[in-house]
Amino acid sequence: MAGPKIIVVGGGLAGLAAVIRIAEAGGAVDLFSIVPVKRSHSVCAQGGINAAKNLKGEGDTTWKHFDDTIYGGDFLANQTPVKLMCEAAPAIIDLLDRMGVTFNRTPEGLLDFRRFGGTLYNRTAFAGATTGQQLLYALDEQVRRHESEGKVRKFEGWEFLSAVLDSKGVARGITALDLRTMELRGFPADAIILATGGIGAIFGKSTNSVICTGSAQSAVFQQGVTYANGEFIQVHPTCIPGEDKLRLMSESARGEGGRVWVPRTAGDKRPVKQIPAAERFYFLEEWYPKYGNLVPRDIATRAIHKVVYEEGLGIDGKPMVYLDLTHIDRATLDRKLEGILDIYQKFVGVDPRDVPMKIFPGVHYTMGGLWVDFNQMTNIPGIFAAGECEYQYHGANRLGANSLLSCIYGGFISGPNAMNYARSLSAAEGDGGHAAELVRQAEINARLLNSNGTENPFKLWRELGEIMTQYATVIRYNNGLQKADEKIVELLDRYKNVNLSDKSPWANTSFAFTRQLKNMLELARVIAQGARLRDESRGAHYKPEFPERNDEQFLKTTLASFTGSPEGPRFAYEDVDTQFIQPRRRSYDAAS
Amino acid sequence: MPPKTVSFEIKRQANPDAPAVWESFEITWRPGMNVTSALMEIAGNPVTAHGCQTTPITYDSCCLEEICGSCAMRINGRARMACSSLVDNLEQPIRVEPLSKFPLVRDLQVDRSVLFENLKAVKAWIPIDGTYDLGAGPRITPQEQEASYPLSNCISCTCCMEVCPQFNEETGFVGAATIAQVKLFNSHPTGKVLAEERLRALVGDGGIQECGFAQNCVEV
Repeated sequence: MAGPKIIVVGGGLAGLAAVIRIAEAGGAVDLFSIVPVKRSHSVCAQGGINAAKNLKGEGDTTWKHFDDTIYGGDFLANQTPVKLMCEAAPAIIDLLDRMGVTFNRTPEGLLDFRRFGGTLYNRTAFAGATTGQQLLYALDEQVRRHESEGKVRKFEGWEFLSAVLDSKGVARGITALDLRTMELRGFPADAIILATGGIGAIFGKSTNSVICTGSAQSAVFQQGVTYANGEFIQVHPTCIPGEDKLRLMSESARGEGGRVWVPRTAGDKRPVKQIPAAERFYFLEEWYPKYGNLVPRDIATRAIHKVVYEEGLGIDGKPMVYLDLTHIDRATLDRKLEGILDIYQKFVGVDPRDVPMKIFPGVHYTMGGLWVDFNQMTNIPGIFAAGECEYQYHGANRLGANSLLSCIYGGFISGPNAMNYARSLSAAEGDGGHAAELVRQAEINARLLNSNGTENPFKLWRELGEIMTQYATVIRYNNGLQKADEKIVELLDRYKNVNLSDKSPWANTSFAFTRQLKNMLELARVIAQGARLRDESRGAHYKPEFPERNDEQFLKTTLASFTGSPEGPRFAYEDVDTQFIQPRRRSYDAAS
Repeated sequence: MPPKTVSFEIKRQANPDAPAVWESFEITWRPGMNVTSALMEIAGNPVTAHGCQTTPITYDSCCLEEICGSCAMRINGRARMACSSLVDNLEQPIRVEPLSKFPLVRDLQVDRSVLFENLKAVKAWIPIDGTYDLGAGPRITPQEQEASYPLSNCISCTCCMEVCPQFNEETGFVGAATIAQVKLFNSHPTGKVLAEERLRALVGDGGIQECGFAQNCVEV
């Protein structure tokens, strides 16, 4: 008898990890991806991947990794899956090493480790400053091997549109769109795993790739999958502001000794190198002497905001601060950080080995995502999720270099779990809902193609990004969040009057984008309303009106369900698993 | 004073069988602007420099920081990545056209899947026993790592194939990217177990003997 058929959507680290495990276990996999999987957004991850290998004689343990992760996430993550992930991490690094990842080495030929934010240990394995690229390629190569052996079929250039649900609400496959021929087709499967990444495009400009729209997550959310902790959005402290995107400047720059500062005097006109040390304000080091420049991202981001907007000390009065590596010798910088320094040089035109970089925070990562159980399955039977698109591992704030780990770990356990589920699945009645779902999707497509409105979808998107960035990122006020939600409702209304400036039935990127836009708008409401309802400050979610964490009321996972009503999603709250570590006050200053 | 603008000439082709046409665009200049941000701008306002309504341009792009390899195209005659092509460094009008050595899909989008097929043919992977826990990998000196990292950094943009005079239908030459991957995997302590198979694949039709040492691949 043939093994189960599993569909994996998304070919980043999580998706590829799932594919490898399924192929190994004898399952047949159809892998769907908008882009050739080797071009997935995991390729952008820079700094490294965490595992408590303790190869530096510091006494690091998986428990300390677990504690740093829970504490860094302000106690919002369920502790059981995080503990298991941290315990699995050292073996994952070994496996990646065996796959040929070009990790940096010590003179003895062992893996080198560096320090990252939110920990006092050298726990981060790295391959230059392009670790995500190197990890993605390693998994891509293994998948190519399984593909050549006939265990995996790739559908690159296909976009997931929806899950196919049978009359009992059980997943029986997907519908997808061929982005070249624009063909709509249904694909049957016994289980599906979504590994569709981040949602940065909802904020317009972010560090994410342009494909990170959250469209697939939103599509299944609208079909009944619960979305958890949507309001927790990580704004990375150090990005290069740009016209088309905010380019990430990895935390590894600080891990290797980079220092963040501004001139002590507002509007200091001297060339940067002529400002003496005493007149430089190393605000992270002064405010957080224990962790210094390596405080977690939410803390660093708020500190930069404070220096720029409250103290008026941004460089030349602009929203920018220095990230300075110029005290480190060039050879060391090239060996450990070349990839990111090249990015700065390429896009800004200045060599960061000679001149301090100018950086500012930018939207980077969603801690929230599809709700999953400890087996990575959502509340819809047969729909699994892994990687950034689910909510499980990072609580209210993700620590640097934990994302690559959570993607691979989540992918690795979702694959076998999906296989187990599929093996005990009873046969579908009739066609499992395929014909009906295809009709529903064809109708959506026809409505779009026949729409003769006046609204340009790319302009609607720009307005969405501006409002979300203004009101739903670093500092949040309830009246601002209210305004954001009202604006999204307005955009949803204007969307009905959208004008597809291209009606061609061939490689029509506007058509695909316009479908994604609807899903972005629906998911944006989950973020804005979820943030509006959480009257406390925790991790990346910060409200000056409610500056303290409130465990009594909000040590809870936010659960959003789609209603289709004008009011938007329905919200409920679920207790957090805190069985291993008692929640304690989170503080990175000297006293703690 | 009218806003400073940037002139583009973009080669359009609705599908592989349609005729190619050039369209001109005037885009408002902004500091730090790259070619991809101009293409995004056109999508939001698809009107040519002559005031004609047109369609958004189809092109591949993804990460916008020159690491995913998506947005390779010919810009002022040179194969390069659109995201790292800053308009201030380019002569105007900026002429943008698709890569010429790959099957055209639409406008600036081409089908580069041949590279991924080549990687399959040369078994560009480490043949691990399985993903279960088998302990650490082989020890590798920092010098070995520094030699293999640049090869492993290949973003599959295919620019080295585009500029290669030997990469054409006649020779069936695999191109430099694939050869570099063979070198990478054959030098790995575990990967070299497949060295002979990889080399055999490389000396078949379209293999390494088709290289004409033009060295264009080194330039891109």
